[in-house]
Amino acid sequence: MDFSYSQEQEMLRESAAKFAAKGYGFDRYQSTLQLPGHCDATMWSQMAEFGWLGLPLPEDAGGLGGSALDVSLICEALGAGMVLEPYVSGAVLPGHLLGLCAGQPDLLGRLAEGETQLAVAWAEPGSAEDPAYCATRADADGDGYVLGGRKQCVLNAPNATTLIVSARSAGGDHDPDGISLFAVDPQSDGLELKPYPLMGGGYAADIRLDQVRVGAASRVGAADAGFGPLDAALDHATVAACAQALGAMSALLERTREYLRVRKQFGTPIGSFQALQHRLVEMFVEVEQSRSMVIMSGVRVESAEPAVRRRAVSAAKAYLGQSSKFVAQQAVQLHGGIGVTEELDVGHYFRQLSAFGTLYGSREYHLRRFADNEAGAGAE
Amino acid sequence: MNLDFSPEDQAFQAEVRAWMRDNVPPQEGPSIGIPSHKETQFAWERKLGAKGWLAYTWPEAYGGPGWTATQQYIFDTERALAGAPPSSPFGLSMLGPVLMQYGNEAQKERYLPPIARGEEFWCQGYSEPGAGSDLAGLKTRATREGDHYLVNGQKIWTTQAHWAHFMFCLVRTNPDVPKQQGISFLLIDMNTPGIEIRPITTIDGHHHLNEVFLTDVRVPTENLVGEEGQGWTIAKYLLTHERTSIAGVADSYYQLGRLRDAAASDAALARDPLVTRRLSALKVDLLALEYTNLRTLDRVAKGQPPGSESSGLKIKGSELQQAISEAQMELGGPGALPWLSAGEDVHPVFAAAAQRYNFLRASSIYGGSNEIQKNVLAKLLLQL
Repeated sequence: MDFSYSQEQEMLRESAAKFAAKGYGFDRYQSTLQLPGHCDATMWSQMAEFGWLGLPLPEDAGGLGGSALDVSLICEALGAGMVLEPYVSGAVLPGHLLGLCAGQPDLLGRLAEGETQLAVAWAEPGSAEDPAYCATRADADGDGYVLGGRKQCVLNAPNATTLIVSARSAGGDHDPDGISLFAVDPQSDGLELKPYPLMGGGYAADIRLDQVRVGAASRVGAADAGFGPLDAALDHATVAACAQALGAMSALLERTREYLRVRKQFGTPIGSFQALQHRLVEMFVEVEQSRSMVIMSGVRVESAEPAVRRRAVSAAKAYLGQSSKFVAQQAVQLHGGIGVTEELDVGHYFRQLSAFGTLYGSREYHLRRFADNEAGAGAE
Repeated sequence: MNLDFSPEDQAFQAEVRAWMRDNVPPQEGPSIGIPSHKETQFAWERKLGAKGWLAYTWPEAYGGPGWTATQQYIFDTERALAGAPPSSPFGLSMLGPVLMQYGNEAQKERYLPPIARGEEFWCQGYSEPGAGSDLAGLKTRATREGDHYLVNGQKIWTTQAHWAHFMFCLVRTNPDVPKQQGISFLLIDMNTPGIEIRPITTIDGHHHLNEVFLTDVRVPTENLVGEEGQGWTIAKYLLTHERTSIAGVADSYYQLGRLRDAAASDAALARDPLVTRRLSALKVDLLALEYTNLRTLDRVAKGQPPGSESSGLKIKGSELQQAISEAQMELGGPGALPWLSAGEDVHPVFAAAAQRYNFLRASSIYGGSNEIQKNVLAKLLLQL
């Protein structure tokens, strides 16, 4: 057993923290919010230069073959620094998905270089957060497929030059088997994209596919076998999102701690009041427990045994789904009036963490998934 | 980063597990998971003592097995998962480390070996009616008279004083200095004339706690540990000791596992998704606590001081013990209502649940209440 990070990991953590502290911050966050797609192209190419976009990708695909723990260190720093560029939805998720499918190597290469933006379109109205649910159809047609259906809240879709779309080529709506993945040009005929900004920043879109024709070469990975890679890639993205949330939680804890020290009422720092002291301690304890879950899931997500991987990731997301809300709510509460304004970063962290609760599966979804995978994972 | 125990530690784990399987006495009726029968507890501790595993946190020089921090953690985990009660902490985890640090050679030689063998049982004379969370306000007075101290006062909440051969005790030797500076640490033989023990029955229906009255009790001066006035320093040393097992992770795993078995044995509970959800939420909380605990263990095993993450272990650990016992009671329904008796065909977990629920209210109070823990941590965080 060893919980220490390697020297390389410490360096990665440091450089990511430097990036977030110097290159970023609240001012840049606010100016990025004015940009289309909430994404600054210069920042994105900087992330590519640092090798972060290629970090989660396999080495033979032009990536760096980094571990989930490596990725989580970057994500934690990005979360603390309010970095809006879609690292998790635009790099970690599609990178893992393509890597696991061993398909579209040129797409992977361009992703690592920062030359292309990707988005994974899997969730649908009525899917109840389950990636096995897929009512979007992929009907074989000549040497290609015709896609038809709807996708909901596809993260980063408005920025993407290629969408990776899950569609059913066999089986019923709820079957894990029979899902295929396709690389689709968002400009395709019959594809309609309705973009919108999200509560915590970043852009997503609802997508309608009406008789969208794609060639056989656009299929990613084997036919009917898309669920396995999608499920695993989503787990990697979930761990990354948890790490990002942990960064935001730590930042909120630090800001709240500082505020209790400097804000005076009744002639004394409000941190001298026991009711507030205890709340701060409870926030601190939740941040540390959450950190343990990020570490645990960051290691176990690499397990070759799907039940072990799912159980660990779902445990982490279920835990942070609750702890992130607690920390965010208390941070706003302890800041008082200024906490509910848009003038202070606290309120923006709050919105990010509120969105995090739902993204990549709610606490309720992951508690169910945790229970479903308990038996397969064996005893602790 | 590696979350798994080394092959050597895994072999050790297998050895302990096998021994526990062969040696943990079978449960007699519903267990509330805490020692409540003197002879059963003493027999268990002497069995561990004979094996050399009772003082499992001690170095070999003092009669312990000299295990690493990781081995100690594994041992305690296997002990809990086998359903065996924790050993009494007073001699083992409290007085032992104090004597090793502050005791003289004669005291170490006299008191440590019988603790390691399970032959002498200790209790802790700290709290007083007027000194609970504000422990330094204690009033029990020890006046030096030649070769002995004359001790007068009252202790309260003294766990298993009625079982104990000895009590380690905080007393005031100097009332004229700031309160923390006038306290000393004394070892008192419970057979000394002038000691009267009165039982306190707690809401779990049992007698674990006592009031101890001390009237003109003569304690030889050689029973003073450290210097006069050093008692508060010693007490604080004791509180910072033992961070790696304070969360009770393994005991909670055991209790949650028993609750899952009980729920699975009941058709209505087994098919209720809200029951499954509740058990899953508890398990997820337990995982978070376990990995926080392991982070602390990793630091201690490397010879580093426990990190700030360890500060929440007592708070979260006690809250989780309480939450599990609450679930045991509530899922037990009417089966958990018979008091100090059992209904017909009730799973033993549910039959014992009400007592456990009541007993565990104390877990967020003893050893420094959770509110005191938060005060201490807030001071560190805020530095006001």
